[in-house]
Amino acid sequence: MADIAEPMAPPMVAASEWRGDLSIRIRRGAEYVAIPLFALVVSAILFSLFLLALGKSPIQFFQLVHQGGFGTAFSIQNTLQRAAPLILTALAVAIPARIGLVMIGGEGALVVGGFASAAIAIPLVTGKASPMVALIIMAIAGMIFGALWVGIAGFLRYARGVNETISSLLLTYIGIATMNFFVEGALRDLTNPNKPSTMPIGDAYMVGKIPGTDVHWGLAIGVLLAIVLHILMSRTTFGFAVRVTGGNARAALAQGIPVGKLIVICCLIAGACAGLAGFYEVAAIQGRANASLVAGYGFTGILVAFLARHNAIAIIPVAIMFGGLVASGGLVQRRMDLPDATVLVLQGLTFVVLLVSETLYGRFKIFQPPITADRT
Amino acid sequence: MSLLNVSRRSFLQGTAAGLVAGATGIRSAAAADVTIGIVYVGPRDDFGWNQAHATAVKALKTLSGVKAVEEENVPETDACAKSMESMVNLDSANIVLGTSFGYFDPFMVNLAKKYSKVEFRHAAPLWSADKHPKNLGSYFGYLNQGHYVDGIAAGLSTKSNKLGFVAAKPISSVLSNINSFMLGAKKVNPNAVVQVIFTGDWSLPVREAEAVNALVDAGCDVITCHVDGPKVVIETAEKRGAKTCGHNASQAPLAPKGFITGAEYKWETFYKAYATALGKGEPLPNMLAGGYEADMVQNSPFGAGATEAAKAAATTAIADLKAKKPIYVGPLKDNKGKVVITKTYDNLDPFLDQMDYLLEGVVGSIT
Repeated sequence: MADIAEPMAPPMVAASEWRGDLSIRIRRGAEYVAIPLFALVVSAILFSLFLLALGKSPIQFFQLVHQGGFGTAFSIQNTLQRAAPLILTALAVAIPARIGLVMIGGEGALVVGGFASAAIAIPLVTGKASPMVALIIMAIAGMIFGALWVGIAGFLRYARGVNETISSLLLTYIGIATMNFFVEGALRDLTNPNKPSTMPIGDAYMVGKIPGTDVHWGLAIGVLLAIVLHILMSRTTFGFAVRVTGGNARAALAQGIPVGKLIVICCLIAGACAGLAGFYEVAAIQGRANASLVAGYGFTGILVAFLARHNAIAIIPVAIMFGGLVASGGLVQRRMDLPDATVLVLQGLTFVVLLVSETLYGRFKIFQPPITADRT
Repeated sequence: MSLLNVSRRSFLQGTAAGLVAGATGIRSAAAADVTIGIVYVGPRDDFGWNQAHATAVKALKTLSGVKAVEEENVPETDACAKSMESMVNLDSANIVLGTSFGYFDPFMVNLAKKYSKVEFRHAAPLWSADKHPKNLGSYFGYLNQGHYVDGIAAGLSTKSNKLGFVAAKPISSVLSNINSFMLGAKKVNPNAVVQVIFTGDWSLPVREAEAVNALVDAGCDVITCHVDGPKVVIETAEKRGAKTCGHNASQAPLAPKGFITGAEYKWETFYKAYATALGKGEPLPNMLAGGYEADMVQNSPFGAGATEAAKAAATTAIADLKAKKPIYVGPLKDNKGKVVITKTYDNLDPFLDQMDYLLEGVVGSIT
């Protein structure tokens, strides 16, 4: 994972010196924008060839993506609404990645967190608690249980050396099964005989929309969290320790960094993000917990996080790009008579090309700080 | 010069008038057209529930003045609401059909409130007049009639007299299909028994294959099912040399040797009814449901597994169902010996929608 984390400053330049030099920072920043953009263009060209092979027009495809994802006020809201859960589930992958873990259990944490929110809402709603208090308690419950879920995988890694990728994936299935167990048993709402669900929380307890839009508050909170976590990772001692550990865990240990503790904390933060996504899925969309919570957001989040190179800020535009692709995917299916898998092909191509483009970093002179005599 | 100008102007005016006339002509023709939007929860070629709908939509597209727009693999979250809204906003859909259970509440209910001029219809009996908007509604078919015909054909195609049924969950619609299948088989073959295995969920391919193997090992030589995608069940049974009856859509291509017939929805009837009513500007029914008597269910064409006797008896049974001859002729006992159906019920009687028992003749337990 270390090769994907943000590279350290070149060793030949003293940190204090290049930090002050604006032109170098711009060059470095430009590299992070130019290479992904180049990769996107390449994948668009490859995908156009694929479409041509199918006898379809690439121009029409990209026009539809524009129209369905970004072209009208409705399309933009459609895109943002689909991006909202992805920002949170991508954070759930990106934060552990910074410490060197490939944690893919966001789906499980989302489901468990959403279920916990819905379950704790039952006594609150029947007890007629004030909606504000109820929602805050629900959100906290969702975050705690989500944190616990990814935290388990983190703890197993730290304490027993269990591979976190496998354990977090398996925990996802355990989480879904646990929710189903309760939703079909003890917590089932018997007034809804056909689809096992928890008791609906009711309109009065639902999270509202951002004024003037059709998008729920989960989007704003997701953006805010992405910014906060970016600052945490890039501007604090904690974040520095995490990145050092991600770079070389043994070296970090030798330096006296509490690696185990950091691993567990990163996992708890990650799980809380996914759990919060579950809370919004329950409190802003479904109004109850049932099998519909398993919508795949946790898995799409993995893709978003990798495309954003585990940079919390970059997750925001990538999630929006993904939201737009999915939103316009429907229009593409309808207008071009293409199967749903078409958009998956584009996603897959983009993913592979972006990963390949990782090898391009540091290879273009134009992005490198000029090495002059006074700097070396 | 001026003459030329005038003539050019009049030429332009004439052209403009022609264009306007042409444009308005097109527009008024477009207004009479009907655009139907339909959303599926899975892929359109799943050999099951989604394919049954997609086949009907394909037939719909052949009607003149009807445009259909489709979207597949749409999950039961706000994504489905946005897909439907996008059909209304970007494709000017006049009616949106949701085919997955979880689309209804809250998504289609809220959309119907938001877009009062657009019709919304959902494929499960959930709409209620006092709770839901008037531009929303439900449609469904009594597929148990198709399973009854399956049972008749299976009862005359079996050698071991043991029929296997792979079922998802013990809810009333599934139980009704199992009981109807058994009643069909028993009617033509009093020695027939139906053995049922519940897998516990709608789509568990591995467990479905295991269930088929267990049933074949137990001596069943005809297998049928009620799961979301019958593909695995039919293919596994074919591999094991058992005959099969289908469910939801035609699985005949999956079992060239053993396919008998299958219970299928005829969504075409529903969708053509909606398109016709919308084209004429007539109000749509909020509830649209029926079985063979309304041409809303059908059986797949007979496959190689059906005996001549089975074909003849099944064809007669279909004619009987069209004439509303009842399937549930009371009194009938459940498989624990208790009388649960005291009298003869009409095929569409709501009493039969409340089934929570397996009838005598079915081996298996719902608990």
